[in-house]
Amino acid sequence: MEPIDQELDPAEIELPTEPMLLNVGPAHPAMHGTVRIVMELSGESIERCDVQVGYLHRGFEKMCERGTWTQVFPYVDRCNYVSPMLNNVGFALACEKLLGIEVPERCQWYRMALGELARMSDHLTCTGAMAMELGAFTPFLWMIKGREMIWDLMEEETGARLTHSFGRVGGMAHPPTDGFKAHAEAVSAHILEILAEVEQLLLGNRIFLDRLENVGVISVEDAISLGWTGPCLRACGIAYDVRKSHPYMKYGEVEFDVPVGQTGDSFDRFIVRVEELKQSVRIIRQCLARLSDSGPVNVNDPRVILPPKEEVYSSIEGTIQHFKIVMEGLKLPAGEVYAFTEGGNGELGFYIVSDGSGTPYRVRIRPPCFYVTGGLERVITGAMMADVVPAFGSLNMIGGECDR
Amino acid sequence: MAKALVDLIKQKFPADVLEAHSQRGDETVVVYAPRWKDVARFLRDEPRADMSMLVDLTAVDFPDRTPRFEVVAHFYSLSKGHRLRLKARVGDSDGGNAEIDTLSDIWASANWAERECFDMFGVRFAGHPDLRRILLYPEFEGHPLRKDYPADRIQPLVPYREVPDIDKIPPFRTDEGMSFGRQTHAQRASDDDDLN
Repeated sequence: MEPIDQELDPAEIELPTEPMLLNVGPAHPAMHGTVRIVMELSGESIERCDVQVGYLHRGFEKMCERGTWTQVFPYVDRCNYVSPMLNNVGFALACEKLLGIEVPERCQWYRMALGELARMSDHLTCTGAMAMELGAFTPFLWMIKGREMIWDLMEEETGARLTHSFGRVGGMAHPPTDGFKAHAEAVSAHILEILAEVEQLLLGNRIFLDRLENVGVISVEDAISLGWTGPCLRACGIAYDVRKSHPYMKYGEVEFDVPVGQTGDSFDRFIVRVEELKQSVRIIRQCLARLSDSGPVNVNDPRVILPPKEEVYSSIEGTIQHFKIVMEGLKLPAGEVYAFTEGGNGELGFYIVSDGSGTPYRVRIRPPCFYVTGGLERVITGAMMADVVPAFGSLNMIGGECDR
Repeated sequence: MAKALVDLIKQKFPADVLEAHSQRGDETVVVYAPRWKDVARFLRDEPRADMSMLVDLTAVDFPDRTPRFEVVAHFYSLSKGHRLRLKARVGDSDGGNAEIDTLSDIWASANWAERECFDMFGVRFAGHPDLRRILLYPEFEGHPLRKDYPADRIQPLVPYREVPDIDKIPPFRTDEGMSFGRQTHAQRASDDDDLN
């Protein structure tokens, strides 16, 4: 058969030359919830694009200024809703920094163990969803199964699968349950098995690798200038991890490595997260070994911690103390602090300003996702249309945290 | 470490440092707003400071003070590992005239951070390449994180946006599909008559 355009003079073929405007999102399944990308396409490559966020803006920072400091915890839960425990602990640490108190050792190990479990749930979701968007549905199901185990464990500990509101200024809402250590160890071991299976399935897969390698590359200078932190920055080869660089709680006493990438492409971000999952298991095991079975979880400070219920119902001092903390809120001293922890996506900072009354004056959440998403435009400009999905997936934008 | 940094700024800009304090280990420098950008640029270019990262930029509203807004930036140096909080005060008591230089040509992260700050507080950043609202929609009235913005305020409804060159086609023609709810009894009766 002869080619159909044999008779045609190439000069006569008229191709459309004006760029095409394509709008992806905000309700597109690959846009992880709520981002809209307006792209100007030339053929299949992106000439210009505009990333628009804010579709999930709920005004948390404004709402925080209406209640007490303790009432902020449910809001921070709903920021990064795949690892709410990290937000809880981050905010508690910020308030404790302003108060100048430190929680007992048992609580610190407990917070770290729960925090690393939350980080695992975050990374499992991100890497699983990335694989799914590239057509690998099986690893997604396996990883979500792993996440489900973590959430079952969280439910056992906190009473809620997703929005725990479990942190308190000066401690935690409850001490660890009796079965916590055994359960956490079982979950960690199982997740390592899942990871081994997933790696077998994905890392030898030519299609998967080709879609990720050298796609969505960002230079080190750009990443730093854009304020990227967390796995996305580490994928560029910068070993900046708040847990290592500025150890908080007991991170200075545990052994773990900070995985870094080389090229800053989507594959590096993927593999850095997979490696961090294994490091989290390492940290959890050390935390469980050092978490004592008895002892106080909450700091012994009547200004911030509710008295035990027996005292509230049997003594006038207990009743008054309970009443004052619940009705007036904690009295954080006037001033301002910026406290930062390593969240699921990078440096999660809380800049809190207190005027000395029981109500927060200003709670600024420094969302790692917001800055990472701010760099998306730079990552995908010039790339092919089909590369937007893996590049965007590898940034792990969490709508609740980005838009607050 | 960070203490030396404060001294460094005081040395370089003796007339422009309004205040410096430290609370719980966070060093804070308040600078004269028109020199905001110069101080920031100095912090990045000076090897002893080497602030490679603008971690966060936001504002705080103090409606009783003049200038009213505190623009707050947090810097971090990856090589030195130190941090600094830089502030500048801008704005009249009614919220007007709140303008400060942009940092977006020094750190790319300032681009979105300043857009958010403009969106939430109405602080304008002179020289910003693209100062649009970011989290809220263009028709939003007011700046919600100002203390005088009531939390329960209801925004007006936004009319259909007029987009040029787009033909709005109703999903069904008038004679297509089923009609729900809006038929009157008389219409239905006449339809039945037509069928019969």
